[in-house]
Amino acid sequence: MGDPLHGYTGILRERLASKGLSIGDRVRVSRRGAVYEGILMPRHALTGRQIIVVKLDNGYNVGIRVDENTIIEKIPWRGGKHRRGVLSAEIVMHPPKPDPSKPQVSVISTGGTIASRVEYETGAVKPALSSRDLLAVVPEIGSMARIDAEILYSILSEDMTPKHWEGIVDAVARSFEKGSVGVVVTHGTDTMGYTAAALSFAFRSLPGPVVLVGSQRSSDRPSSDAAFNLMASVLAAVKAPFGEVVVVMHGETGDTYALAHRGTKVRKMHTSRRDAFQSINDRPLAAIWPYEGRLEILSRNYRVRGDLSVENGFDDKVALIKTYPGISPEIIDVLVDKGYHGIVVEATGLGHTPGRLVEPIRRAVEEGIPVVITSQCLFGRTNLNVYINGRRLLEAGVIPGSDMLPETAYAKLSWILRRTRDLGEVRRMMLENMAGEINPHHDLGLYPRWDHGF
Amino acid sequence: MASSLDYGELGLKVGLEIHQQLNTKRKLFCESPTMLTDEEGGVFERRLRPTQSELGEIDVAAFFEWRRGRVYVYQAPRNTSCLVEADEEPPHEISREAVLISLAVAKALHSRPVDEVHVMRKIVIDGSNTTGFQRTAIVAMGGYVDVGDKRIGIQTICVEEDAARKIEEHGGRVTYRLDRLGIPLIEIATAPDISSPEEAEHVAFRIGQLLRLTGRVKRGLGTIRQDLNVSIRGGAKTEIKGVQRLDLIAKVVEYEALRQKRLLEIRDELRGRGVSEDDVKLNIVDLTEALKNTGSRVLRRALSRGGRILGLRLPGFAGLLGREVQPGRRLGTELADYARFWGGVGGLFHSDELPGYGITGEEVEAVRRILECGENDAFIIVADREDKAREALEAVVARAKWALRGVPPETRAANPDGTTRYMRPQPGAARMYPETDIPPLEITGEMLREAEKLAPEPPEAKLKRFVEQHGLSRDLAQQILMDLRLDLYEKLADKYGDRVPPTIIASTIVSTIKQLRGEGTPVENLADEHIEQTIALIAEGQAAKEAIPEILEYLARNPQATAREAAEKLGLSRLTRGQAEKIVEEIIGQNKRIVEERGMRAMGLIMGRVMARVRGRIDGKTVAEIVRQKLREALEEEHRNHT
Repeated sequence: MGDPLHGYTGILRERLASKGLSIGDRVRVSRRGAVYEGILMPRHALTGRQIIVVKLDNGYNVGIRVDENTIIEKIPWRGGKHRRGVLSAEIVMHPPKPDPSKPQVSVISTGGTIASRVEYETGAVKPALSSRDLLAVVPEIGSMARIDAEILYSILSEDMTPKHWEGIVDAVARSFEKGSVGVVVTHGTDTMGYTAAALSFAFRSLPGPVVLVGSQRSSDRPSSDAAFNLMASVLAAVKAPFGEVVVVMHGETGDTYALAHRGTKVRKMHTSRRDAFQSINDRPLAAIWPYEGRLEILSRNYRVRGDLSVENGFDDKVALIKTYPGISPEIIDVLVDKGYHGIVVEATGLGHTPGRLVEPIRRAVEEGIPVVITSQCLFGRTNLNVYINGRRLLEAGVIPGSDMLPETAYAKLSWILRRTRDLGEVRRMMLENMAGEINPHHDLGLYPRWDHGF
Repeated sequence: MASSLDYGELGLKVGLEIHQQLNTKRKLFCESPTMLTDEEGGVFERRLRPTQSELGEIDVAAFFEWRRGRVYVYQAPRNTSCLVEADEEPPHEISREAVLISLAVAKALHSRPVDEVHVMRKIVIDGSNTTGFQRTAIVAMGGYVDVGDKRIGIQTICVEEDAARKIEEHGGRVTYRLDRLGIPLIEIATAPDISSPEEAEHVAFRIGQLLRLTGRVKRGLGTIRQDLNVSIRGGAKTEIKGVQRLDLIAKVVEYEALRQKRLLEIRDELRGRGVSEDDVKLNIVDLTEALKNTGSRVLRRALSRGGRILGLRLPGFAGLLGREVQPGRRLGTELADYARFWGGVGGLFHSDELPGYGITGEEVEAVRRILECGENDAFIIVADREDKAREALEAVVARAKWALRGVPPETRAANPDGTTRYMRPQPGAARMYPETDIPPLEITGEMLREAEKLAPEPPEAKLKRFVEQHGLSRDLAQQILMDLRLDLYEKLADKYGDRVPPTIIASTIVSTIKQLRGEGTPVENLADEHIEQTIALIAEGQAAKEAIPEILEYLARNPQATAREAAEKLGLSRLTRGQAEKIVEEIIGQNKRIVEERGMRAMGLIMGRVMARVRGRIDGKTVAEIVRQKLREALEEEHRNHT
């Protein structure tokens, strides 16, 4: 936290600065007969209220209004009055020693806080950066593998771009070249599905699993799912027989098993639950019980560990748009005029757009811009032969996306457009099942049973 | 033995922390209702893991819970819990209602509200909170409450979440139900101004009463809970958790004062024997070989599981380990508590209790020889897996060293008999940090004005009102003021007071129920609804006030019934005048000869027989009227017949 008066603005900030105060100083604040003593804390609320936050000696924070009746003084720290019990209330966790006989697993961090520590004074969350820190926070992974940790990015997943995908691909490739048997990539959960799909296309063949992992409850709390997910990820990196990009997260709300979802079939389906990530139109590749050290293959249809083959590079002029009742045909025109290289449409139902979009789409295709049709239903497959607008779209030259997730189609098109801009070739590749993104066989059980209350 | 303590001389200081559930519409951080349920709901299991400070420090109690590999099983009833309690959704904003009630209480305690409420996370890792922390916030600071002629300072007033309800525990799995989790609690912490056990109980009662006077708190078992901070001069502040019964407070304080006094006496005696802290050494000796043929079942069981028997000498401690510090609890018990907490062992043996427990005199002598114990020396034996036994003995040595300093500052738990046991070391800084998911709440002038309306009426004002407006006797008014069901009385007096005299409502609550309890009626089954229905029946003229005890008794035994059903079942439904007249005619008919003989003088006898059939269903005055009239009619008719 670089700003010595983080979160304080305006007159209040000037007043604190004029007293030579910064966050962490000991202060005495008096207002109308009440006196508060403690540590000056940063303000996290973005309200601009003229209130200062003080951490009292009993550990509580309180907010005190600053007006003409408030007196703020900087006071010296009180010397070691802290009284300890027989045996101290705190102990220090030491990381286990790395075991050279274990297989190496790389843990690449891209942001978020899969493992972190809390600065109890301020509540600030400090990510565990080094391998040693990581092992101190989640010592269990030390008994599974020799951990090689790397910080690649520190960004929020919603700020991730195709440029970052390329950086991750390079970092993962380097890790395998360094001898890791599997690679774990920690990632914010919002766009983890997109990254997983992108990586799935960039690695044509893999010596081991690339496991993307995140947490739905941040690691600054005892109930965080981060450690459980990380343990499951490292276990998958070591034990899984596949050379695929997967997302490993909680399988259910409880801390029992995790699931490894194929990177091209996984989607975040809930804003906050631990088991938000689910495979859509397919089954997960494996289930993992981290506390038992057990991994069970659920789908035999996986790519085995092989050689490392990378084709990196993503086109960042691809649009993913959703149709809706009021959509204007201009939206397609704008994308064409702005020089976009490809468009993925999240269409309705079996793959329909309003009839008024057919002509702009025809124009896009005529100008050499591939248009891929997916469905907002997510579950099921597109079929443009059933209704008239579907047939008109096909005739206009769209590429049907089968049962691909819109996000996966977007990542795939971005990847293809860096290989070729030839419309025929793009069409051929989009229709080809390159990384398990198309599941030709849907049985009745692939659609979840919702709770109907009876 | 303890009543002889002179608390003034001991310098006893007691502070209270009173936790009381608030009766709010929703929970503190979500929309779930604040009630308990029998429904199990969906079940899931979790583990918790201590968070680390920047230096890698973690709370030790949290560490042990985690190391034990404890699994927490949660039952999530659909109606009384949601994703927030399941820790599957971030908390919603703090319940404004709960803050308002707390501000109202703050007002009554002359406490000063903070300007902005900041919610904190307090690490609690026994599984009772799905998050692994309790959310808590200071609402007001300072203030006082007058109890008798003494002024007791108030330190803080907080709102916080109640914990999940423990259902069962076995084999490293603890089951909780999420219905109680998140119900708002108000926590009132007093200054350590209390100087006797009785005073502690009075202050707790007074604050509890003040909370009830708001009419916005829950009542019943488990809705109020007290923690005590107790010290004597030269001793140390001991935090005692979870005293659920008011009448146990004085006993807990008394026993803790006694414990600290005895621990100081033991310290002085050790010093008198010339023992110093440095003499207490961690010289652990493996006694497995020496005791391999022991007849002690405890030791044999440990050995059969591959454990070892370890021991160490405590120089100068002979006779002191068996010294009682509280009834039934000795210094040896205190050492054993440490061994259990820090080593996770089942317990220990100390030389003051041996020979015994299957350990023979010869074995004791052998151990004394090996440990080189002199006459004044004591020893400790622990049998378990070696690493656990070692950690246990390390803790024993640390605690034994403290015996030379006096009273260790500790967090202790209250036992049902008023004694206490070691729970954990007092928590340090790695326990409380900001809850960043909840925006701070500014206390505005508008909120303070709203709270003003909720502020409890001072008991003196209430008493006056009950006497002058409700017409209660001073004595009855005082009793109802002390009663847990005060809020129910006020509600019923408001609702039915125009048709049922408040005196009857009040005495139903304070006397009738007590009387029924004395007769062995299970009055704990009586819900507010039962009492209200009964009063309503009287108000509607469906039953006479004399019927109240019988109806309530029936309802206590048949809690699923309504008061109306009870009255019908018991034949206590109010009689119409016509029905009563028929009964009177019938009884006069049955007693024709007596009526003929005695004339109007038969009134008393007839009246008695009628009342035996109609008591509680119609008031006596009406009956007398009917009897008089019917008797007259009967005599007149007889007269006509004769003439």
